[in-house]
Amino acid sequence: MAYDKFTILRDTAVPLPTENVDTDQIIPARFLKATEREGFGDNLFRDWRYDVEGNPKKDFVLNDPTYSGKILVAGKNFGSGSSREHAVWALYDYGFRCVVSSFFADIFKNNCLNIGVLPVTVSTEFADKLFNAIEADPKSEIEINLPEQKIKLLATGESESFDINEYKKANMQNGFDDIDYLLNMSSEIEAFEASK
Amino acid sequence: MEKTTLFDKIWDSHVVKSVPAGPDVFFIDKHFIHEVTSPVAFLNLEKRGIGVKYPHRTIATPDHNVPTIDQDQTIKDKLSRMQVERLRQNCAKYGIELHDLGSAHHGIVHVIGPELGVTQPGMTIVCGDSHTSTHGAFGAIAFGIGTSEVEMVLATQCIMQSKPKKMRISVEGELGKGVTSKDIILYIISKISAAGATGYFVEYAGSAIRNLSMEARMTICNMSIEMGARGGLIAPDETTFAFLKGKQYAPKGEDWDKAVAYWKTLKTDDGAVFDKELHFDAADIEPMITYGTNPGMGIKVKDSIPTTDGMEGSNKKSYLKSLDYMGFQPGEPVKGKQVDYVFVGSCTNGRIEDIRAVAQFVKGKKKADNITAWIVPGSREVEKLAHEEGLVKILEEAGFELRQPGCSACLAMNDDKIPAGKYAVSTSNRNFEGRQGPGARTMLASPLTVAAVAVTGRITDPREVFEN
Repeated sequence: MAYDKFTILRDTAVPLPTENVDTDQIIPARFLKATEREGFGDNLFRDWRYDVEGNPKKDFVLNDPTYSGKILVAGKNFGSGSSREHAVWALYDYGFRCVVSSFFADIFKNNCLNIGVLPVTVSTEFADKLFNAIEADPKSEIEINLPEQKIKLLATGESESFDINEYKKANMQNGFDDIDYLLNMSSEIEAFEASK
Repeated sequence: MEKTTLFDKIWDSHVVKSVPAGPDVFFIDKHFIHEVTSPVAFLNLEKRGIGVKYPHRTIATPDHNVPTIDQDQTIKDKLSRMQVERLRQNCAKYGIELHDLGSAHHGIVHVIGPELGVTQPGMTIVCGDSHTSTHGAFGAIAFGIGTSEVEMVLATQCIMQSKPKKMRISVEGELGKGVTSKDIILYIISKISAAGATGYFVEYAGSAIRNLSMEARMTICNMSIEMGARGGLIAPDETTFAFLKGKQYAPKGEDWDKAVAYWKTLKTDDGAVFDKELHFDAADIEPMITYGTNPGMGIKVKDSIPTTDGMEGSNKKSYLKSLDYMGFQPGEPVKGKQVDYVFVGSCTNGRIEDIRAVAQFVKGKKKADNITAWIVPGSREVEKLAHEEGLVKILEEAGFELRQPGCSACLAMNDDKIPAGKYAVSTSNRNFEGRQGPGARTMLASPLTVAAVAVTGRITDPREVFEN
């Protein structure tokens, strides 16, 4: 479904430098039993966030009040594994609108773009800069400028450009989704299907 | 004429339109759905006031969260029951073919597709499940999608996709005794890492691949996603045609001849260029096992867990976090470690050939006392064959517990969970933290290695049990 428009986001960030975070960690399979898209944020990173009794684990970053914000800065190869879109629903429902990493898994990245969480791929060096800045000052603000395709560390002014294809960029900026596009070309699709 | 790859031929013939500076509008021939990733897609169709455009192009089965006992009774878990019932309602409402619990062709979606002959060379196939790559074994472009894309396929039979880059992985030579296709793919992933093929679609080639059965090819294509690839495919050949001939949905009579003539054109031209090429020698591959929490963390059963030499920063931290979860130390051997559970099943290794391999291995032997051994057929058809061939009897005499078809302990959405802290050697595809249950420690291996572990109770190289 159509989602919030995304243009410029300026906020603090939550750091999660662990590498190869798979979608089973983002949302474990046993929480995929809903028939509606509601309440997934409560189980975001469930087994890292809570112990078996359901008590928050103090050493996990989402339980540390020092860190907050709509931006998640994640380690390399974020979102690998299962294609479950529920992982992105959980991130969105929790309040994240942007995930920054030096490397994303493919399906996860597509899923993000399809529901309006902006995946920003940065260089390993820039990711390290972000992690260091957040560690030095958890109140460090980051600006994600989608129209200009730039990510900036506001305290130092250091910035880097990121890629996104024009079509997806326009969708994110306008809150459109692919179905709107596809439904508008139904006669072309019908002709194609008939030829199969 | 331009030299093209098998992947190009299939992809390009399914592009309805290329969006300037954007993705392709990509037509989908066949769509599989299951109970977990489809309900929200159907709900959104209703919200938009639209229906399913081409119901005959979608096929459904409940597999992810279903119980593997008492499938003839009402599902006890309320949420699971609701999801399965929702799937039934949606299929009835929109006229989608459903292979329900208890029916002749119920099973894991990636097992029943090929079994029914729905999966065919040259097709584009998607499903809201990353192991859809399995179907690539037939020379199809098959990959996993998210629920938004499930909705797109239901509504329009198309998705918006950017064409991935192309990689060819060639494995030449003969496999040694006790080495299976699961070892080939675990070996490749251990060499290139769990992200080594991200952004690519892989074609598997070479004599070692061509000599594999369809079941073994499916195991390889299935795990393409575990190295980050969107999917993997293998050019169709006589092995493919022989598998498909006579299947329920395979073409018949003249149509069959026409289909085969077309399928024979589906191969990469000599001289076609890939974005990346990798070569492996089958003789270097031995029984493999994973020791960490992603499928790239694999070694030969006989080897020791890598040390942290040369690692630093978050890479080293992530590595140690993973070993800590598994209860292992860098540098120690895995062989001889005690195991608690073995699991034979899943869309990776839950086919009849896998069950035959395990049965043949354990025939006349008993599982070790410390082992709980679960065997979960990938489908009712596999279950039926296992009974008919006497495999169930052999396995039960060896102390294995046969359960009913489903995804089961591969992702532990149902009650088939490995308890926290326990070690399971599994034929499935993912060793992620908690994948087989909160706190469960999973080691991935071939059906033969799993059979050897079941018998000895410890991590074992299957070739050593053969010799004895």
